Amino acid sequence: MTISVLAVDDSRTMRDMITLALRDEGFDIHLAEDGEHGLEVLESLAPDVIITDINMPRLDGFGFIDAVRDRGESRHTPILVLTTESSPELKARARDAGATGWIVKSFAQDKLIRALRMVAG
Amino acid sequence: MSDPMMEIRASFFVECEELLESLFDALQELSEGASDAENINVAFRAVHSIKGGAGAFSLDDLVEFAHHFETAMDEVRSGRLETDEDLIALFFRCGDILSDLVHASRDEVDIDRGGIDPVVSELKAAVGENGGEGGDDKGRDETPDFVPMTIDLSDLSGVDEPDVDFDFGSPPDLEVQVPDAPEAAAPRLRVRFKPEPELYESGNEPRSLIRSLADFGPCKTEIEFDPPSSLLPLDPPQTRLGWTIEIETKADPSAVEEVFEFADGLCELSVERIGPAPAETETLPEPSAAEEETAPAPPRTSEPREQSDVQSSPPGPKPSPRQRAAKKTAAAPSATVRVDLDRIDRLVNLVGELVINQAMLSQSVVEADLPSNSPIGSGLDEFLQLTRDIQESVMMIRAQPVKSLFQRMSRIVRESSSALGKRVRLVTEGETTEIDKTVIERLADPLTHMIRNAVDHGIESSEERLSVGKPEEGEVRLTALHRSGRVVIEITDDGGGIDRARVRRIAEEKGLISADANLTDSEIDQLLFMPGFSTAAEVSNLSGRGVGMDVVKNAITSLGGRISIHSAAGKGTTFSISLPLTLAVLDGMVVSVENETLVVPLSAIAETLTLRAEDNRRLGPRTSVVLVRESFVPLLDLGVELGYRDPKSSYGGSIALLIGQEDGSKAALVVDSIEDQRQVVIKGLQDSYGHVPGVAAATILGDGQIALILDPTDLVQSATGHSRAAILQEAG
Repeated sequence: MTISVLAVDDSRTMRDMITLALRDEGFDIHLAEDGEHGLEVLESLAPDVIITDINMPRLDGFGFIDAVRDRGESRHTPILVLTTESSPELKARARDAGATGWIVKSFAQDKLIRALRMVAG
Repeated sequence: MSDPMMEIRASFFVECEELLESLFDALQELSEGASDAENINVAFRAVHSIKGGAGAFSLDDLVEFAHHFETAMDEVRSGRLETDEDLIALFFRCGDILSDLVHASRDEVDIDRGGIDPVVSELKAAVGENGGEGGDDKGRDETPDFVPMTIDLSDLSGVDEPDVDFDFGSPPDLEVQVPDAPEAAAPRLRVRFKPEPELYESGNEPRSLIRSLADFGPCKTEIEFDPPSSLLPLDPPQTRLGWTIEIETKADPSAVEEVFEFADGLCELSVERIGPAPAETETLPEPSAAEEETAPAPPRTSEPREQSDVQSSPPGPKPSPRQRAAKKTAAAPSATVRVDLDRIDRLVNLVGELVINQAMLSQSVVEADLPSNSPIGSGLDEFLQLTRDIQESVMMIRAQPVKSLFQRMSRIVRESSSALGKRVRLVTEGETTEIDKTVIERLADPLTHMIRNAVDHGIESSEERLSVGKPEEGEVRLTALHRSGRVVIEITDDGGGIDRARVRRIAEEKGLISADANLTDSEIDQLLFMPGFSTAAEVSNLSGRGVGMDVVKNAITSLGGRISIHSAAGKGTTFSISLPLTLAVLDGMVVSVENETLVVPLSAIAETLTLRAEDNRRLGPRTSVVLVRESFVPLLDLGVELGYRDPKSSYGGSIALLIGQEDGSKAALVVDSIEDQRQVVIKGLQDSYGHVPGVAAATILGDGQIALILDPTDLVQSATGHSRAAILQEAG
């Protein structure tokens, strides 16, 4: 089964990395450049799982997760946070915003795929 | 995977340049007193993104420095640290180091840590002094809290995966039976898992979590169901369900806990070993009988959520997402496509061919002598217009704003002013002005040199400035603008102006001019561009110090550019560089000499003349001058210079192009006839022939003929001897 993924990250490098890690592994990848853009994409896409960065212009990861959880359709969509820091504080904040889980950059490809498959059910 | 990784690595470094640019932009805004919180956010994000990408490529030095930098900016962002002039200056230096580290990482060269460590100490000091307790208990210690996820579960996935499908509709006694599993003998893990209501809200799915356990080995699952007392307030995400899963595996309990990482704090979880220990530890006696009696280990729960709320609430008021969204919107996702430069160059070449082809076609139509109202003629006119539009559009693809170039100059000003103990600020204007990418790249060195000169020689010392009533801080202004189809870049300082007496003295000492030479102010200024004027020994590396302005000038001329000086005593000096928009086409005058067709760049021609015999004076067997508006200019016969013929005895009636040199001096270039004036596509010769003196490039004309494009400045210089002083002396 193809899992559709929306990856939200303002860094082109990270978007490229995610695409590279997933494209041959049976994922349908959609990209957005920041939270606002991510919300726009969600208007016409119901992904199985969302990956998001935290530090982004316009709408950051916390705000984005908040908004995703406020929307009826995406209330239960699993959201993985991509963070550079593995601090408990950050995880707790992501958790508070409604994140499902987190992946620490730099992620290992298999780790990312495993996590996506797991949360996407 | 190595190949795409290299591509991403390359694109990461491209992105780094953009991030560095926005970092410096934001710092510049901050230094100008803009208190908008968005500036520090932009700066922070830029460094943060560099760090993130650097981590992905294990660029440890870069990650470490970016981390320290980011930490300090985070303190500012969260209001724990106030920005002042010193801190901004420190951030600028950090930006410079970051940019060095990025480039060192990209080019895979080592970098001198001597310059970095003191800055890191300063950063730490800044955070430590002002950050106070708030900064310390956040775990900001020596080493970055940046631990790439290294747990590798791949060796566990080799276990055969039973085809299980957990379904919440299944009866409570659902089990995954493991055929032939000698239960008592196999090492097993018992996992007790009971989700809290919050787990469902976080988007975690117990089913997926449990299914993931099957990766470890055959599972046997029991469901605990805690029936509600009444059916009425039945709320699905309630803590009614729990699972106990026994997995036959040798895996370490911690590996299983890893699966529940995302559920940490949202469930009750315990993982314990039952049955014999895995083979490696089998020698250890295990009281298996006592095991069943042992109370399960205290469940690994879960500070309640409320508590973690308190611990994690960020310092300072946290703006709501909507507030943040409503804030000044930084650049929206821009609709851009990245294209390999080779492809663009290929397109540029093809368009060049198209232009040539169009010219050839036009010529054939003219030769066919069709009636002027023929449809071919008007179709051709349209084709001509379209070709021109396509050409312009394609050239625009190669154009880039000069901003990145200007930002590099801002660093030069910072570094050279602090080295000289002067206070100088750089003001830039017209950063969005676009110019060919290659021109931008090749301008960096000459501009660096001129900016250094402006700070070093242009701006006076603080005392001197104050004594003449100028503000202590000097100003260097860098401006870019479009002017009549060219880009003009001006470097202006508000210093003391050129000390003409001194320049003259130096030139005399060096034998560049005679003591009695009668020179105008502007001629004296031009002496700066003369080879051999510079006081220091000539060094080939332009960006090094002590390189003469003559090298700068040559670099500009090789780009088809011109440079000029205006200086006013006590007020400052302006250097103007005028450049073509593109290197691919130029407006040229097609001339003929001894039946050879040649192209002279229009930008070099001041005017065209018909010479009179009486104005022509012969100074030597091969040296003549001609009187042009009351002053003598050297006369050069193009046919002679190119070796096509011997000098004529008289040039009366000859056609000459008056070539204007950047220094204001002129020379008359004799040709046989002027054929046409048109745009020509430049075809480089240097790859095939190296540099040919006097020749800039070649082009293909409408009739298919190949014509050389001349470099008149070079031609005049090599023809009139080694230094322009000779001309000044002779003519003056």
